[in-house]
Amino acid sequence: MLTQYPGGVTAAPLTPAELEGVRAQFPILAREVNGHPLAYLDSAATAQKPLRVIEAESAFYRESNAAVHRGAHTLAGEATELYEDARRTIAAFLAVDENEVVFTSHATEALNLVAYALGSASIGRGAGASAAAAPHALAPGDEIVVTELEHHANLIPWQELAARTGATLRYIPVLDDGALDLEAARTIIGERTRVLALTHVSNVTGAITPLEQLVPLARAVGALVVLDACQSAPHLALRPRELDVDVAVFSGHKLYGPTGIGVLYGRAALLDALPPFLYGGSMITTVTMERAEYLPAPQRFEPGTPRIAQAIGLAEAVRFVTGIGLERIAATEHALTERMLAGLARIPNLRVLGGTLVTNRVGLASIVVDDVHAHDAGQVLDEAGIAARVGHHCAQPLHRRLGATASLRLSLGVHSTADEVDRALEAVASIRPFFGFSGGDRA
Amino acid sequence: MSGLEQLYQQIIIDHSKHPHGVGLAEGEETSHQRNPVCGDEITLALRWDATGERVESVAWEGSGCSISQASASLLATLAEESVEEGSPWTPEELTALIEEFRDALRSRGATPLDEERFGDAAALSGVSKYVARVKCAMLAWVAAEDLLQRRAG
Ligand SMILES: Cc1ncc(COP(=O)(O)O)c(C=O)c1O
Repeated sequence: MLTQYPGGVTAAPLTPAELEGVRAQFPILAREVNGHPLAYLDSAATAQKPLRVIEAESAFYRESNAAVHRGAHTLAGEATELYEDARRTIAAFLAVDENEVVFTSHATEALNLVAYALGSASIGRGAGASAAAAPHALAPGDEIVVTELEHHANLIPWQELAARTGATLRYIPVLDDGALDLEAARTIIGERTRVLALTHVSNVTGAITPLEQLVPLARAVGALVVLDACQSAPHLALRPRELDVDVAVFSGHKLYGPTGIGVLYGRAALLDALPPFLYGGSMITTVTMERAEYLPAPQRFEPGTPRIAQAIGLAEAVRFVTGIGLERIAATEHALTERMLAGLARIPNLRVLGGTLVTNRVGLASIVVDDVHAHDAGQVLDEAGIAARVGHHCAQPLHRRLGATASLRLSLGVHSTADEVDRALEAVASIRPFFGFSGGDRA
Repeated sequence: MSGLEQLYQQIIIDHSKHPHGVGLAEGEETSHQRNPVCGDEITLALRWDATGERVESVAWEGSGCSISQASASLLATLAEESVEEGSPWTPEELTALIEEFRDALRSRGATPLDEERFGDAAALSGVSKYVARVKCAMLAWVAAEDLLQRRAG
C-alpha cells in the first residue's frame, strides 16, 4: 500500500520484517515493565535511542575526546572534525547551509536564544556593527504573534521579549475542534507584526499547522517567522527553506538523539545580524578589557565548550532516520495513527483533543476520559506496561481552551507496532470500568 | 490483588467519588497546595474548637486525581472520627500523625500505615510503591502541616 503523506510525497510503509529490524536496534524495547513487554508510546516527550546513537556518543569519549576549536593536537583536530561533520549532517538533513545550523542544549534554549537576541537588538546591542541588528529591533507598537497551541517553550520567551521591549504579544486563537482560527489569523497578522512564532505540529493534538496559509501573511508584512519543529522533525521531512521560515528549532532527544542537544536553523543573513545570547570564549575575534568583537554565525551563538558528544550522537540519529527515510517513517506512522484514532473513536465516554480525523496529523493523541483524571488513567496504562504521558504537556493555555486540565497522551515512534496500539486501546477502554464507571467497553 | 488494585482500593475510589469535608467558609484561613506536575489542587482549613486547642474538623476544596482527592477526604474523615471518639487532635498530635503519614508514604512499601491510627486512611499505604503519586497523596496533609506551622508561628 502506498500512502500519501503531508507534502504530497508517496512512500511505502515499512514491511513487518523491516519494522522488526528497526525495533531490534532499540535495546530498551527488550525491557519488561510491570510484567509486560514495554510498549513505549511516549516518543513525543522523548524518543528512545537506537544502539548506534548510544555507541556513537560513547565512541567519541572512548576514542576522540578533546575540546573543539581550541588547541592543535591531533585529538583536538579529530574532535573538531567530528563536531563540524555533525553540523554538516544536520545541515544536509534540513537542506540548508552549515553556517545556518547552531547547536544549542535543546529547543527551549534555541527559542530563548532568538527571543533574547531580538531583545538585545531592541536595546541597540548589535553584532559588532549594530546597524545589522537594527532592523530587528522591537519597540512599543510592534507586535509579536504566537498561537494558542504553543508549548510553553514557544510562549514564555515571547512574553518576556514583549515585556522587555514594550511590544505587544498577540495570539492566533484555537477553535473548539483544536484547529487554528485562520480567519482570525488574517486580521491578527498585520502591519504591526514583527515576529510570528508558531509550532509546526501541536504536541497536544498532533495537528500539522497549515503553514502555507500563515507564513505568506507574515511574509507580506515583513515579519520574521520562527518555527517550533520539535514535533515535526521526527515525523516528516523538515525543509525550512521550502517552508519559507527564518528560524526553525528542534530538540535532538525527540529525534532519537541524545539529550542535551538542540538545533537552531537560522537564515544566514538573520543569524549574522543578530547579537549573541550567551557570551564568553569560542565566539570572539578580538577581546580587549573594554569590549569584544564576535565571530559570525554559528560560532557567535556557541560560546563555551559545546555539546560535542551530543552533536555527534545527534548526527548518528539523523543518519538513522534518513537511512530508513522520513517518507517511509511517515507512511508507517500514518497507518498506525489511523488505527489509533479509529480505535479511540470507538471507545465511548472519552474525548480526543483535536478530534479523531487523521488528515494532517502526526501519530499522537491526547485523551480525556470522562470522570477519570488523566493521572489515574495513566496509571492503568502503566500497569499494563504502556508508557504514556499524563499532564498538560507544557501547554496549559491550550488545555484550558479545550476545557481540560490534563490529558493522557499516546505518541508513536518509528518502532511503534499495531500490537502496541491495540494494547493501548484495550487499556484505555478498561479505564472507566476499572474505576467503577460504566460505558468504557468498546462499542 | 494487582498493584493497581492495591493502589486504588475501593475505599479510595469511594472517597474520590463521594468526598467528605468539602466546603470552605468565606474568609477562613486556608492553605493552598498544588502539584504542578499534574495540576492537583487542595485548599484546606483546620477548624478549632472553643478552647482553640483541639481540631474540631478539617474542611477543604480541590480538584485533581482520585488519590489527591481521596486523601483529603480521608484526612477529614479521620478528624471527624477523632472528635466522635472524644479525643480530638491537639496540634502536637496532628503534627505527629502527619509525620508518620509522610514516613509511611515515602517508605516505598516498607512501612504500611497503621490501621489503628489511620483507620480507613490506611488504604493509602498502596501509594507508597508509586513514587510519582506520593505527592498527590501528601497534598492535603502538607496543607494541614502548613497551617499548623503558621499557628506555631
Ligand atoms: C512543541 C514543543 N516545543 C518545544 C518543546 C521543548 O523541547 P525541549 O524540552 O527539548 O527544549 C517540546 C517538548 O516538550 C515540544 O513538544
